[in-house]
Amino acid sequence: MKSIKNHLSLVIALLSILFSMQIFIIVDRSIEAYKENLASNYSVVIVSQKNLSDTTLLEVNTMISEVEELSPDNVIKRLNTGMDSKNIEFLKLTLPKFYKLNLEHYPTPEEIIDLKKDLLKNKFITKVEDFAHTHDTTYKLLLLFKGVVTVFALSIFIVTTLLIFKELRIWQFKHSERMSIMGLFGAPVWLRSAVLFRLSMVDAIVSSALAFLLFTYIASSQWILEQFDYIGISVVLFDPVSDFIMLLGVAITLSILLASLIVLGHKEEV
Amino acid sequence: MDKVIIANNLSLSYSSNETIINQADFSVSSGSFVFITGASGSGKSTLLKSIYGALKPEQGSLIVGGVELKGVSTSKLNFLRRHIGIVFQDYKLVKEWTIEKNIMLPLIINGYDKNVTQNQVDTLLKHVRLKHQAGKYPLELSGGEQQRVAMARALSHNPILILADEPTGNLDDYSSQLIWNLLEGANSQLKTTVIVVTHHIPETLNVDYKHFHIEYGRINEVN
Ligand SMILES: Nc1ncnc2c1ncn2[C@@H]1O[C@H](COP(=O)(O)OP(=O)(O)OP(=O)(O)O)[C@@H](O)[C@H]1O
Ligand SMILES: [Mg+2]
Repeated sequence: MKSIKNHLSLVIALLSILFSMQIFIIVDRSIEAYKENLASNYSVVIVSQKNLSDTTLLEVNTMISEVEELSPDNVIKRLNTGMDSKNIEFLKLTLPKFYKLNLEHYPTPEEIIDLKKDLLKNKFITKVEDFAHTHDTTYKLLLLFKGVVTVFALSIFIVTTLLIFKELRIWQFKHSERMSIMGLFGAPVWLRSAVLFRLSMVDAIVSSALAFLLFTYIASSQWILEQFDYIGISVVLFDPVSDFIMLLGVAITLSILLASLIVLGHKEEV
Repeated sequence: MDKVIIANNLSLSYSSNETIINQADFSVSSGSFVFITGASGSGKSTLLKSIYGALKPEQGSLIVGGVELKGVSTSKLNFLRRHIGIVFQDYKLVKEWTIEKNIMLPLIINGYDKNVTQNQVDTLLKHVRLKHQAGKYPLELSGGEQQRVAMARALSHNPILILADEPTGNLDDYSSQLIWNLLEGANSQLKTTVIVVTHHIPETLNVDYKHFHIEYGRINEVN
């Protein structure tokens, strides 16, 4: 009972740090997925006097990932009120060309301005439609959301850090007596602190195992999966290998740091 | 005869405005039995602290087991301490460890074999009449019982030097006699140097001893 209580406080502090970290990662992944979603729906349309090859357009800016020529047939169909085919062919030649450009990622407003400038450098391109206004609102919303989440994660981080430091004081107090006594019988520093490091290693492993269980449960929860479905994105909530290794790494690093701070801060009483 | 402790012009203090031990000269021969007496607050525990290197000499020199303690390195001090057995006035037992593990501590630090350790601890528990308490924790014992655990711990690794700070301070006559027998035994059979701080030198002792008295910061030998 007593030993469980010994472990509990550090395990809880570590677990809350791991929890907020993984949540931040999930939010970040969702935003990225959402951005990709936006990118695939967003495109720039240009009007050109002359036929432009795909390669010419792709070379204009590295952001352009795909070029699609918009067929003039629709326009012509509407004009087609009894023209013979020869005239239609002629008309087709004189009509400007329309191209739809898909982009590699969802652009920032500055990237759109640059892209537009680059495109207009080509003397045949007469107009660039970038749908900037709609884009701007969506983009600002996205930034706002990310900002809110960052503030949230930061405050959790601050609170848990304070928690850890309070824990550190208690630990220092609890372990310093034993460490002093061992020192009085000539134990070298590594031996004095061995118990401390073992304890903190165990706590790190326990808390990451708990985080593993928690997020495995969350990642398989029907309700949560439905929510993501509803937004229209699919996100890896918890990768049992790479995410777990990262959480374990963070927990071990933190607890070893904690133990080292205690060992370094330990002074032999006179 | 070899000297285990040589103090020359030794001064000890906790802060610069108060000197506890003032320019003392004394030495302790290897294998001898020494009593230190003095009024409460005279500096007996302080002197022991300097011998196990917890309080560095303010002035002069203090050589213990051939090691100069003024400016001694941590590793050298640790090495020296592994060969000293200390009974602290306030026992200093590890609260979260059982009696048995407490007694084992110096043996673990010295890297003794597990079997040797267990045998030694069993023998000592018998000697201090605490066999039945082996699995208990220090705070579950009486003051006198804790003191006997501290004694057993100090003897466990057969140190070359034992420092005992009022080791019978909390004990009745019977238990006190037990402690004196143990210290006498270590001194006569293992040639361990024994330094004991006490208020009463026992009359029944069967060994020759030296007696230092501390007064006004001076250490005087009593004949
Ligand atoms: N850690 C310390 N910091 C500052 N002063 C101390 C410290 N320990 C002891 N002293 C002072 O040093 C003086 C000697 O103390 P010490 O403990 O050596 O006395 P003592 O002879 O062992 O007394 P007692 O018989 O009561 O145990 C005392 O005046 C005490 O106030
Ligand atoms: Mg004292």
